[in-house]
Amino acid sequence: MIHSLFLINNTGDIFLEKHWKSVIGRSVCDYFFEAKDKAGDPENVPPVLQTPHHYLISIYRGKLFLLSVIQSEVSPLFVIEFLHRVADTIQDYFGECSENVIKENLVIVYELLEEMLDNGFPLATESNVLKEMIRPPNILRSVVNTLTDTLPTGQLSNVPWRRAGVKYTNNEAYFDVIEEIDAIIDKSGTTVFAEIQGAIEACVRLTGIPDLTLSFMNPRLLDDVSFHPCVRFKRWEAERVLSFIPPDGNFTLMTYHISSQNLVAIPVYVKQNISFFDTASCGRLDITIGPKQTMGKMVEGLSVTIPMPKSVHSANLTATQGSYTFDLATKVLVWDIGKLNPQKLPNLKGSLSIQSGVPKPEENPSLSIGLKVQQLAISGIKVNRLDMYGEKYKPFKGVKYVTKAGKFQVRT
Amino acid sequence: MSSTALYNDQGGAETAVEAGQESTSSTGAAFGLFSADFKKNEDLKEMLESNKESHKLEAMKRIVGLIAKGKNASELFPAVVKNVASKNIELKKLVYVYLVRYAEEQQDLALLSISTFQRALKDPNQFIRASALRVLSSIRVPIIVPIMMLAIKEASTDLSPYVRKTSAHAIQKLYSLDPDQKEQLIEVIEKLLKDKSTLVAGSVVMAFEEVCPDRIDLIHKNYRKLCNLLVDVEEWGQVVIISMLTRYARTQFINPWKEDGLDENNETAFYDSDSERNQTEAKPYIMDPDHRLLLRNTKPLLQSRNTAVVMSVAQLYWHLAPKHEVSVVTKSLVRLLRSHREVQFIVLQNIATMSIQRKGMFEPFMKSFYVRSTDPTNIKTLKLEILTNLANEANISTILREFQTYVKSQDKEFAAATIQAIGRCATNISEVADTCLNGLVQLLSNRDETVVAESVVVIKKLLQTQPSQHSEIIKHMAKLFDNITVPMARASILWLIGEYCEKVPKIAPDVLRKMAKTFTTEEDIVKLQTVNLAAKLYLTNSKQTKLLTQYILNLGKYDQNYDIRDRTRFIRQLIVPSEKSSALNKYARRILLASKPAPVLESAFKDRDRYQLGTLSHSLNIKATGYQELCDWPTIAPDASVRNVEIIEPVNEWVPKAGKSKQRKSEKFYSDEEEDRDEAGSESSSTEDSSSSSSEESDKSSSASEKTSSESEANSIDLFALLCSQVTTSSFSPVKTYDLLHHMSAKGLAAKYHFPRQPCLYQPCMVAVQVILTNCSDHNLEEIHIGDRIPASLNIHCFNTIERLEPGAAVTVSMGIDFSDSTQAANFQLCTKSDKFNVSIQPVVGELLTPSTMTEEDFCMEQTFVFYFHCLSDIPLCFLCLVMGPSCR
Repeated sequence: MIHSLFLINNTGDIFLEKHWKSVIGRSVCDYFFEAKDKAGDPENVPPVLQTPHHYLISIYRGKLFLLSVIQSEVSPLFVIEFLHRVADTIQDYFGECSENVIKENLVIVYELLEEMLDNGFPLATESNVLKEMIRPPNILRSVVNTLTDTLPTGQLSNVPWRRAGVKYTNNEAYFDVIEEIDAIIDKSGTTVFAEIQGAIEACVRLTGIPDLTLSFMNPRLLDDVSFHPCVRFKRWEAERVLSFIPPDGNFTLMTYHISSQNLVAIPVYVKQNISFFDTASCGRLDITIGPKQTMGKMVEGLSVTIPMPKSVHSANLTATQGSYTFDLATKVLVWDIGKLNPQKLPNLKGSLSIQSGVPKPEENPSLSIGLKVQQLAISGIKVNRLDMYGEKYKPFKGVKYVTKAGKFQVRT
Repeated sequence: MSSTALYNDQGGAETAVEAGQESTSSTGAAFGLFSADFKKNEDLKEMLESNKESHKLEAMKRIVGLIAKGKNASELFPAVVKNVASKNIELKKLVYVYLVRYAEEQQDLALLSISTFQRALKDPNQFIRASALRVLSSIRVPIIVPIMMLAIKEASTDLSPYVRKTSAHAIQKLYSLDPDQKEQLIEVIEKLLKDKSTLVAGSVVMAFEEVCPDRIDLIHKNYRKLCNLLVDVEEWGQVVIISMLTRYARTQFINPWKEDGLDENNETAFYDSDSERNQTEAKPYIMDPDHRLLLRNTKPLLQSRNTAVVMSVAQLYWHLAPKHEVSVVTKSLVRLLRSHREVQFIVLQNIATMSIQRKGMFEPFMKSFYVRSTDPTNIKTLKLEILTNLANEANISTILREFQTYVKSQDKEFAAATIQAIGRCATNISEVADTCLNGLVQLLSNRDETVVAESVVVIKKLLQTQPSQHSEIIKHMAKLFDNITVPMARASILWLIGEYCEKVPKIAPDVLRKMAKTFTTEEDIVKLQTVNLAAKLYLTNSKQTKLLTQYILNLGKYDQNYDIRDRTRFIRQLIVPSEKSSALNKYARRILLASKPAPVLESAFKDRDRYQLGTLSHSLNIKATGYQELCDWPTIAPDASVRNVEIIEPVNEWVPKAGKSKQRKSEKFYSDEEEDRDEAGSESSSTEDSSSSSSEESDKSSSASEKTSSESEANSIDLFALLCSQVTTSSFSPVKTYDLLHHMSAKGLAAKYHFPRQPCLYQPCMVAVQVILTNCSDHNLEEIHIGDRIPASLNIHCFNTIERLEPGAAVTVSMGIDFSDSTQAANFQLCTKSDKFNVSIQPVVGELLTPSTMTEEDFCMEQTFVFYFHCLSDIPLCFLCLVMGPSCR
């Protein structure tokens, strides 16, 4: 399936190559570079390319490209999903997936790639299994070079996602319910479209092989869900509870989607007025943000990002709260507000100057809003209880809720 | 080559950086200093030959670092290959990595390592066996093909499912190395397809797809098993199996799409026991239960976190499910749109194809396809494509309002695409044609040139559909002409004026005049249209334009572009009458001014449905290498009974393989686990039933686990102990039932038997047997009893005659048989009132023994005794045990 993999940085240097079948020369990447030049923005590079003898499927992540070479028909999503899994694994091992980190840990990354695919077909992609075969770099590994004498058993059991022989003195299980609001708000303030993307991120450190059951107060809210492989489909379908033997450590238990057909509460409103004048080469900007449906919680981490038209030269603004920056190279205006005070609404006001001789911009830029509300799941989902079977001890359990802005856009 | 050159340039800087790191941190040190490869390689060689393990490891790490960077390290081969037998696993792994990379180039030297792998293939540790096979099969050296073949065959019968999985991978590698081995490999695949382990399933289907995708007959017997295992297979395997099953289903089942309206009833009828509604239909379509099984078992996978799995289920439903059921995949596909950019791209492509045929599927989710200004352009245009596909009378006003926002986008490429989309909406939905046209005309005064140009092109197409009413627009565009510089737009305007020159009789000649001035500086496409315009005007209005036309044709005659010269020559012959002019001249007017059909604006994804959804071919819209067409449904369903699986053979295959004291069971899911436990030996017993689908077996699992735990205690003890332990633990083990009589061959009477492993009530020398009699026919069976025995001397304690057995009813009876301590079958007749059936019960050795408890000393004594016997003579094992039998009791 996957024949070779090249890791390429933003400037077009190939800094790692791995071949699972016979070796394919680097020149195959030239087709990719050609497409990359044509696309301009790295985000615009088509993920699937065709060359005379091969097919190239690539992803762009963390300022680097993972480019795989394919020789025959395959589901492109299969390859894309796998490449992202590679990036996830690198991130999991070293904290981030970037050129520097990979260069520093070249051998481990190469070994990982060797284990993840056999003859181009995924072999071990679960991080619990991989970590048993190839230890992540830590103090121990650098001190004692020979540590991987134990052989993994996870791959063989019926719970391939969990490593064997887990032991903790403090047994704890934490679940974070994280919801992101994706919305498009139009000029007049009406919601064009809004939906919620939720995820339950778990951090489970439990001894032995615990069997957990998580139930919700209002499972009806969840109409479209996807699960970590550990969750038993049948129990969910029959009883709407999550029953699973968790992997060890951090993982995403489930993600859910509450679609635009439902009503979604929008925590803030934005009053904005951006205008450019025909006559003078300047414009005016006035933005106010206020609370809308916050369910009595505090809105934090508020920020506004505005990609200004290229002709905007500089910005002369005053913010009643927080601070703003205007990047002259990318023409992005960022206003960092912080907490939203309902008594004194934050406001950003002032003038924009435009390069002289350039006609005024056609379109007003749209605003991206960032925000965070602690202790609230905006959809109203609530975890009812968590039970553990199969082990005797009493674990420490915790659930946390947080709502964030996802792709939250205000058109102007 | 430029990239390598670049790379070397960087070398210096990199070294400096990394040398700096070396002094501060010990971890980075291993990968520094590559600038002078040739010198470094010398010291690497020294390090590899040193006695210190840590030096070797260090050297190997640096070498692998070189490989990862794509540098040549092949000259170190002899030094590296020496370490292949190293005890240090970490070092060994790195050597393996090196070998796989360079073996192809250094075939002779690579052969030196083969014996190490051959030895490792026999290792008691399954991981070592598996990794040996993995590396051996990755060495692409043709000489070792026979060795690989042998290793694969052996590994495919290995007790460890992990090793069997590896062998399935090795099949593909061997096949690509030497396709001549195909026949033999197919045999191995056939064997592995029967495997019941979830670990193996995905890999073997992958091998099947690679080696012999056309041997669909191999799947029949395994079809149901694969469907049932699917949920528990690892995610990558799921994708492969689903795509294979999609193809399989298209060859084996009949088309469920024929009567769309009626399908709904069918489905419920199929599930509900009352099939009344079904019967009322005139021509019912009844879905094959196996077809339904596939759909039912794949549906939960829509909830997978793996986007490739979700997509493959979606395409399965698209290609196989009755039309009204396809929409279950919609939500999941829309969910994928939140994933990474690349995933979005592929999913949107597939939705675009789907939405052409089935608007209804995605219409409720229209808003999910609204474009954000932060989306990359290719995502934006795909979303636009889908929105356009979804447009209908009801939602067009909403969509057009959205489009208005998009037209103003700073991303001009996207704005242009939006204008195209508006054009498509206008042609598809006649109600809004005028609104769209007006909107587009307004855009003509837009400041951005690409927007104007695109509008012109689209307006041109729209006008063609209803030219009579729009002479104003044409005039307006003629006015704009001077300011437009985009060639395509200029050409479009020229064409419009030419085509409808009679509607704008005053303007047209003037435009031609302007063009005559600038002709030489125009783009080719504009020149061609100028020539066209000239020709048309010459025919309709020759008085005013004769000279202009002559002038333009003369310019065109000497143009650099041969297309233009060619066109000019053609037009001149066609329109200018001369003595040499051909017969065509008469028809010039009819040729040039014929009314042209309006262009049809349709989706770029219109013809993509010829490819299977979710494939590479679909994504690229060309046939990719190795793409397999999805065939049409058969008109008549092939025989469904080919998928019936014969009932498990009565002879249990638990005679242990040489030296390994394990027992293979035919249980479904935890078979893997048990074998695993025998090796690992230390896992606690609560891993049971992690797989959600095995819930129906959970009642058995507890007993099974007890059994394994007791077995693993006895693990290290040998053969004799095994035989005893089977008996000792027998009362806990799941009951294995054998077939005595199949209902097909016995007019509806089915009989199964098992050994309850309890002392026989009737006589001590007898073995207790329980027989389950089931009436599978639709009439009563009477007087079921045991008839003649062969040999007649056979001592059987019969059950009482059963007077009557209702249809569907079952009864369990016990009997005792004296096998006289031999494994010979007991043959007898099972009779009903009207028929007699010959049956036979073949005992397995283990069933003939009774349990006994003994102390360790006793056991050791007995053991030496047995071994003494065993060594002295070639007495068959079973006989030995029988000899031991009485003493055990």
